[in-house]
Amino acid sequence: MIVMGIDIGSVAAKAVVLDASGNTVLSRVMIPTGWDHRRALTDITDLATSTAGISSGDIHTRVLTGYGRVAGKDDMPVVSEIACHAKGAHFLFPEAGSVIDIGGQDSKAICLGPDGAVTDFAMNDKCAAGTGRFVSMVATLLGHNLDAFAKLAEKGNPLPINSMCAVFAESEIVGLLAKGHDPADIAAGVCHSIASRTAGLASRLGFKAQLCVFSGGLAGNPVISTSLETHLSKPVIPAPFPQFVGALGAAILASQQ
Amino acid sequence: MESIDKLNAFFEYNPVRVQDAKKAGKKVVGTYCLYSPYEIAIAAGGIPVSLCGTRNDSIPAAESELPRTLCPLIKSSYGFLLNDSCPYLAASDIIIADTTCDGKKKMFELMAQKVGMIILQLPHNQNPEVGLPYWTNQFEILADRLEEEFDTVISEEKLRDAITLMNDERVALKRLMDTTMYIPSPLKGTQLLEVVFKSGFLPDKKTGISLLHEAAEELENLGKQGVSPYSQDTPRILLTGVPVGLGCHKVITLLEECGASLVCLDTCGGYKKTALMVDPGSPPDKKALLAALAERYLSIPCSVMSPNPNRYSTLARLVKEFSADGVLDLTWQGCHTYNVEAFSIKKYVQDQLSLPYLQLETDYSEGDTEQLRVRIEAFLEIVKAGK
Ligand code: SF4
Ligand code: SF4
Repeated sequence: MIVMGIDIGSVAAKAVVLDASGNTVLSRVMIPTGWDHRRALTDITDLATSTAGISSGDIHTRVLTGYGRVAGKDDMPVVSEIACHAKGAHFLFPEAGSVIDIGGQDSKAICLGPDGAVTDFAMNDKCAAGTGRFVSMVATLLGHNLDAFAKLAEKGNPLPINSMCAVFAESEIVGLLAKGHDPADIAAGVCHSIASRTAGLASRLGFKAQLCVFSGGLAGNPVISTSLETHLSKPVIPAPFPQFVGALGAAILASQQ
Repeated sequence: MESIDKLNAFFEYNPVRVQDAKKAGKKVVGTYCLYSPYEIAIAAGGIPVSLCGTRNDSIPAAESELPRTLCPLIKSSYGFLLNDSCPYLAASDIIIADTTCDGKKKMFELMAQKVGMIILQLPHNQNPEVGLPYWTNQFEILADRLEEEFDTVISEEKLRDAITLMNDERVALKRLMDTTMYIPSPLKGTQLLEVVFKSGFLPDKKTGISLLHEAAEELENLGKQGVSPYSQDTPRILLTGVPVGLGCHKVITLLEECGASLVCLDTCGGYKKTALMVDPGSPPDKKALLAALAERYLSIPCSVMSPNPNRYSTLARLVKEFSADGVLDLTWQGCHTYNVEAFSIKKYVQDQLSLPYLQLETDYSEGDTEQLRVRIEAFLEIVKAGK
């Protein structure tokens, strides 16, 4: 049985095509969402099927999630991002007890029960300083893309970033640069700051001592994941293809429909 | 539903009736909090009305004097005064207010410079030896002040009648709210809120009470027949936390849009209002009646009390009575008491009541509707999985 999970985020739309009989991923695609969510839904579906080398008739079920989920609510089952991230993380690491996802516009902490069911969750979508947007902003300020920024942070000694708000943090960083601080130290400081904020979100949930899966675009940044480990005092594993965990979870839910 | 429509049609004329009563010599007594005793206002010949601000449109005006980070309920209430945009406030001859939370009592200081107010010093402790004697004394002062203001005498008989009337209203409102105990509930959450909210402005209580009973009876019949907008499987949610009224009910609308049935309002307009009765019979004299009233009002389980044990026991009882599948705790931004208490309420609901719990912190604006929707959807998925 071939199924598809679609995650229309505020920035990017992602889709995963899964052959549920052997649990193999046939395609994994991502496009910018743009302003038209219906259009994004059609485009991502077409791209995912053509990349998988199948036709749309081969798809048994689709499940939709993400910010733009209303766009397809009449055509297919819609599930929350929280449930999809939980399912996706559980599929990748069945022993995991929790998930941390830092996306472009929000961050979430999720507690997992048996079979990857959600038992509790917390979200931050109000304060940009706790989301990937803050990191992208600082990377741009330092003249780097996210990969180069991660490499830079690895070389630095974290400087404390005190501002609680992304806008103030930006001026604080400009000030630190003007004082001649090493950009690597600033980059490391920013990574630590976002890790401690996110761990704070998780701390209200009482994460169990099991493995925590780290998803979202920043999961590839080793400074953030190590710092999360320190704050949470438990192993944190970056998910492979971390931006697709939600879409993967949606695909798994599609196979169970 | 015929009787609900009839009730709402009756409510439509509340402002007109207040005006008519005023012309006939009645006094209007504005209140801002559930701790203000309606019985004393009624015994003094007054019509008590709730002035609590529940709308976003009055907030910008309030922010010219109050901090933006303040609780929206306080800002909205004050904004109505600055804009002169509330008919009940305009009609009020005097306002009773209580020193509940810090934001509210400091706002009342500003308000008292503009309108006539009687501010009751609410103790924040419900201990019968500590808080209660103090609070009883406040009620005595209030009775004296109202006698003076309205040039009247609050006789023992008037007080007894007022107590009986308020008890009757509580019984009627509770009967109506209890109809959501049926599975599935015959009433939608937004309908429940509308009735409960509008009943806070009843000038003609006697007619209001009989209409509430009429509506309750119709709903009971529907409940027995299983007539409902919902099914047996619809998740049943109890709402606890800050006061909600028409205009700041986006969370209730969202719950409905996401397919949940709101069955119980453990809030100021809902069960906190109807839970406790006062015995008009046994207290021997006026002083004892005032003391009985003080005891009743002081036991209201609001987070401004420290500690606030009744909130937990009330929750446990309501969750059981209404067969709730999950608890939604609504807290306004800037409300320290409810926001801090949410931590303990969450623990209590999850560990002691073994139910899914979600806290939502928001304000009166519509800006975060989609973010709230994600949380509510995810919460309802957990609720359904546990059902
Ligand atoms: S929440 Fe507390 S302070 Fe506010 S109206 Fe209700 S009883 Fe009064
Ligand atoms: S909701 Fe909280 S902050 Fe607002 S008036 Fe009531 S107790 Fe005070």
